[in-house]
Amino acid sequence: MILQSLSLVNFRNYEEASLEFSPEVNCLVGDNGAGKTTILDAIYYLSFCKSYFNAIDSQNIRYDQGFFLIQGAILKNEETDKLHCGVKTGQKKQFRRNDKEYGRLADHIGKYPSVILTPNDIDLIKEGSEVRRKFMDGIISQYNKPYLEKLMEYNRALSQRNNLLRYFSENRTFDEESLEIWDEKLIELGSFIYEARKAFVETFIPGFNGLHAEVAGGAEQVSLAYETQLDTKGMAELLKGARTKDRQLRRTTCGVHKDDLNFLISDHAIRRFGSQGQQKTYLISLRLAQFEFVEKATGVKPMLLLDDIFDKIDDKRVAALMRLVSDHRFGQIFITDTSGDRIPALFREIGADLKVFNVEQGSVQLQEEVADGQEK
Amino acid sequence: MASLPGVGKKTALRLVLHLLKREEEEVDRFSRAFTKLKSEIKACDTCHNLSDHPTCEICSNPGRNQQTVCVVEGIRELMAIEATDQYRGSYHVLGGVISPMDGVGPSDLTIEGLLDRVRKGEVNEVIFAMSTTMEGETTAFYLYKKLASFDVQVTAIARGVAVGDELQYADEITLARSIQQRLPYENTTKKG
Repeated sequence: MILQSLSLVNFRNYEEASLEFSPEVNCLVGDNGAGKTTILDAIYYLSFCKSYFNAIDSQNIRYDQGFFLIQGAILKNEETDKLHCGVKTGQKKQFRRNDKEYGRLADHIGKYPSVILTPNDIDLIKEGSEVRRKFMDGIISQYNKPYLEKLMEYNRALSQRNNLLRYFSENRTFDEESLEIWDEKLIELGSFIYEARKAFVETFIPGFNGLHAEVAGGAEQVSLAYETQLDTKGMAELLKGARTKDRQLRRTTCGVHKDDLNFLISDHAIRRFGSQGQQKTYLISLRLAQFEFVEKATGVKPMLLLDDIFDKIDDKRVAALMRLVSDHRFGQIFITDTSGDRIPALFREIGADLKVFNVEQGSVQLQEEVADGQEK
Repeated sequence: MASLPGVGKKTALRLVLHLLKREEEEVDRFSRAFTKLKSEIKACDTCHNLSDHPTCEICSNPGRNQQTVCVVEGIRELMAIEATDQYRGSYHVLGGVISPMDGVGPSDLTIEGLLDRVRKGEVNEVIFAMSTTMEGETTAFYLYKKLASFDVQVTAIARGVAVGDELQYADEITLARSIQQRLPYENTTKKG
């Protein structure tokens, strides 16, 4: 799958821009605030019908304007599809594929997948377990159709049960049968979610370990572990055992909503024992493993969006990473950097088909080949 | 007027202006009908359907099978089933579904009334016709457990691909369920 061209109107700091991409590596070079990441986000929009950074569509409209447009041409299965995303203040978002409007945006998501790496990924390490569950759920729901539905049902049943526990405590009553009907739902749905997550982590680990070894040159030993209360006891037993505690605390204290992913370096939590560079390497490997997973699930190579990934990792790893991503395994790549020639030089060395774009105050210029020659 | 559901400020104004134009007698009749609505229409003692008698027309109809009870959430669901003209049994209107989020527990519904009917031995089949939402299903499950100790057959309305639908457009969850709960073919061709 190749994004051939992209055009923007009134998107964030761009008044108008249009770009023709290389099927292999595309570098966006410019200073802070120039609009490099905005290009990546526009591509993300075409994949997911929304911004990665700002969920409120209307806030992505250029200052003082009434609408924005993102259009792209994507080559998939030897056919070029035209994607069109338009947002107008006060109107429903328009999303069209080959001039045909989608009934539901959900029908589009997943057709033209992309994987994005940004500095925000550090949240996966620093923040609470919810972020990591979301990471798992996001990948699983791309290949396991009923998963998302069951997850939503689980959360609903959970909220119903918690409301009931609160009601019991406020009114000093208890009715076992009323509680059991929700337990029953949580058992059925929770067990399904547990099995799906367990299977996911098991298949995810080898790919992740392999990629990490390539980026880090085998310098550190890392692993990934699924942490769940359901490993020792079944959901039914857990709920039964925690009933007294649940009633005291007025909420459900066990189940898959307490699951976590443990990120480990030499068997210790990377959050506490990993350096910034090691953490970054870990996150990059996670996203690349996600890429390979999505590719397997959807049968197409996602677009790889790499935002400012060179911060904090050493040159050896940067070089290893660039070699890895240009190795055709990762399809078409979009990459941002602040320094003018670091990435281009690396890719030129590797011999990848490369286009460099200079981004400046909301305008994009293709860097001339002549300029490339001078650098060498 | 604007306090009525589905009626906004403009519609309310239109209705009021219209009433002002009508004959006084007509408006009088209209308002009497409104007063009677509240004072005369009550819930049926047996099934909680709307009725102007203590027992509703369905419960007192000897032509209908009073041993089969179809459990529905509300009056509108009852009316929907009645409109099919295919059901000759009686009903039981729950008055909602169990949902702690909305503050609705089993005691807020007419579950005791249903159990009473079953306890008296008047019923030999209970049909669950709740919505296929999580709350509808959970309510059905609750009733099922409550009914387990009685000698009564418990059934549920069939669910699956809508009649006249093309399969390719059926949503995946419905289709998945239809496949899981498939029926012997001869059962699918039965009418009525």
